[in-house]
Amino acid sequence: MSDTVHAPIVEMKDIEKHFGPVIALNGVSFDVRPGECHCLLGDNGAGKSTFIKTMSGVHKPTRGTILFEGKEMRFDSPRDAMIAGIATVYQDLAMIPLMSVTRNFWMGREPVRRVGPFRFMDFRKANDVTMEEMRKMGINLRSPDQAVGTLSGGERQTVAIARAVYFGAKVLILDEPTSALGVRQTANVLSTIDKVRKGGIAVVFITHNVRHALAVGDRFTVLNRGKTLGTAKRGQITPEELQDLMAGGQEMVALESSLGGTV
Amino acid sequence: MSSTGMVDERIKKTSRLRTAFIRPELGAIVGVVAVFLFFAIFAGDSGMFNPQGVLNWSTVSAQFVIIAVGACMLMIAGEFDLSVGSMIGFAGMSIAIMSVTMAWPVWLAILLTFAICMSIGALTGTIVVRTGLPSFIVSLAFLFILRGFTIFFPQVIERRTIIGGISERAEGDWLAPLFGGKVGEGFFRWLAEMDIIATYSRGARAGEPMVSGIPMLIVWALVLVIVAHIVLTRTRFGNWIFASGGDAQAARYVGVPVNRVKIQMFMFTAFCATVFATCQVIEFGSAGADRGLLKEFEAIIAVVIGGALLTGGFGSVIGAALGAIIFGVVQQGLFFAGVESSLFRVFLGVILLFAVILNTYIRRIITGER
Ligand SMILES: Nc1ncnc2c1ncn2[C@@H]1O[C@H](COP(=O)(O)OP(=O)(O)OP(=O)(O)O)[C@@H](O)[C@H]1O
Ligand SMILES: [Mg+2]
Repeated sequence: MSDTVHAPIVEMKDIEKHFGPVIALNGVSFDVRPGECHCLLGDNGAGKSTFIKTMSGVHKPTRGTILFEGKEMRFDSPRDAMIAGIATVYQDLAMIPLMSVTRNFWMGREPVRRVGPFRFMDFRKANDVTMEEMRKMGINLRSPDQAVGTLSGGERQTVAIARAVYFGAKVLILDEPTSALGVRQTANVLSTIDKVRKGGIAVVFITHNVRHALAVGDRFTVLNRGKTLGTAKRGQITPEELQDLMAGGQEMVALESSLGGTV
Repeated sequence: MSSTGMVDERIKKTSRLRTAFIRPELGAIVGVVAVFLFFAIFAGDSGMFNPQGVLNWSTVSAQFVIIAVGACMLMIAGEFDLSVGSMIGFAGMSIAIMSVTMAWPVWLAILLTFAICMSIGALTGTIVVRTGLPSFIVSLAFLFILRGFTIFFPQVIERRTIIGGISERAEGDWLAPLFGGKVGEGFFRWLAEMDIIATYSRGARAGEPMVSGIPMLIVWALVLVIVAHIVLTRTRFGNWIFASGGDAQAARYVGVPVNRVKIQMFMFTAFCATVFATCQVIEFGSAGADRGLLKEFEAIIAVVIGGALLTGGFGSVIGAALGAIIFGVVQQGLFFAGVESSLFRVFLGVILLFAVILNTYIRRIITGER
């Protein structure tokens, strides 16, 4: 629908990533457009996290090119990608348990307030925004000074999502953001993805849950052992087909029958 | 089910008092109170709390404070520097050789020494972040390297390991008083005239106040504590220091320049060590190859008493300063109390143990560590 209107904001071409002898990615091409949610699916170890980390500047690709807004781009660090407007929820969250929720939320992008020649962190603004963004995600924090270590797993995940949503000016990458969330918070995250996408932001969404993918995805790319099995548009693929692709093919059919079709 | 109001029914009311007490410095605060109570009882009439006595233990405490501030910032950033003591000896010797042996102006010797020592700090930091080796090992290497040079150079050049004559060279120098001078001399003279503080009754300095001013060493300690505390708790850079020590990988993922932060903290530690050395050299008028021995451990202990986590990411400069004051007061207090000074170690060990147990308990409450 909208893909004729918008050119891709991020385009990854033939990305390869090697870790010593391990070939984590073996020529993956992928693009995402403003206003769409592109789901990245695949089995454990398929290379999804590695792939989005090359997109967010954590890894440099061994081979291949990254185009951002049509121009070739080399992100030397996550900071470069952030400045370009890419925000990421990493699978392991990138939260520091010893630090307060506010300090975590703003880490790397602290708001500052000038007092004469000095620049101090603006804690009032930081605390207010943090509380407000968390409330939007359906979580009432006790206090913004509370250490992240005292939060539950889902609350922690929500802080990471709220942070990325707040800072994701152009591209929002979510690596299994709902793995620890309750029913209400998951629904909240899915509707946030929908809202963000309608606001013209490009979303990359990694999940193992077919229903979640189908609920918000416009396109689906399946990775398997470091390669793409292809990209499908919404409506071109049935949930069953998608599930089989994600599990890497045939074995799933056998498994499913033995489990009585509950998976 | 969704209580969207501001009152959370799942929180017990906590008293203001409890909230005020649950802070990283609590162990150090309790320690300071205990130490002062102890000496008020056992050495109250020994002169420990008259102006000269206070000046005495304040000066010693200030020395500990200066290196503890550096060690504290570095520890919060997740690293150690075991070469602080050797750096103190090295910096002092560097000033002595440049100003006495080579007869360069003292200000030049001081500035060059700061540049050299901070470069060594930067080198240590760079090796640590580039190789990923524990800073414990890398700085241990520098402990030996720097101490070795500190003994080698004066041996080769002057055929001795103590170089004196710096006081004469420092006379009239514009920079030396910043480290060896005193402030508030007019005020103390006035206090003496008003008979509020004691004066010398005999000798060349008869009529002069026994406490003639506050040594710059103490001023340095205060300024370093205040600046470091504000930077750590109130600025963006402070947040990066906590983040770098809390989880370097997570910090990198969100764009914190972790390597730069760590290297800068190594340089700051070197800066503090050099301030210590310069004050000492200007005050004593000499540099010795054995200066600063074991100071790195004293600094680290003060920092840990002050509530910092050995593995980084948590701590307080104020706490570290209080830990350093415990050190200074106990060391000098036992002398005033006329107690065998070997008991200093026993006392320190006991305080260290108690403060750390209390700190661990507090930290668990604050951070939810399990
Ligand atoms: N830093 C690394 N060093 C060596 N190998 C790595 C590294 N990071 C990832 N790999 C390997 O690359 C492959 C892909 O890992 P990746 O984390 O991208 O998988 P994933 O698709 O995100 O899986 P999951 O669904 O379990 O999160 C794995 O085989 C992993 O062992
Ligand atoms: Mg993954």
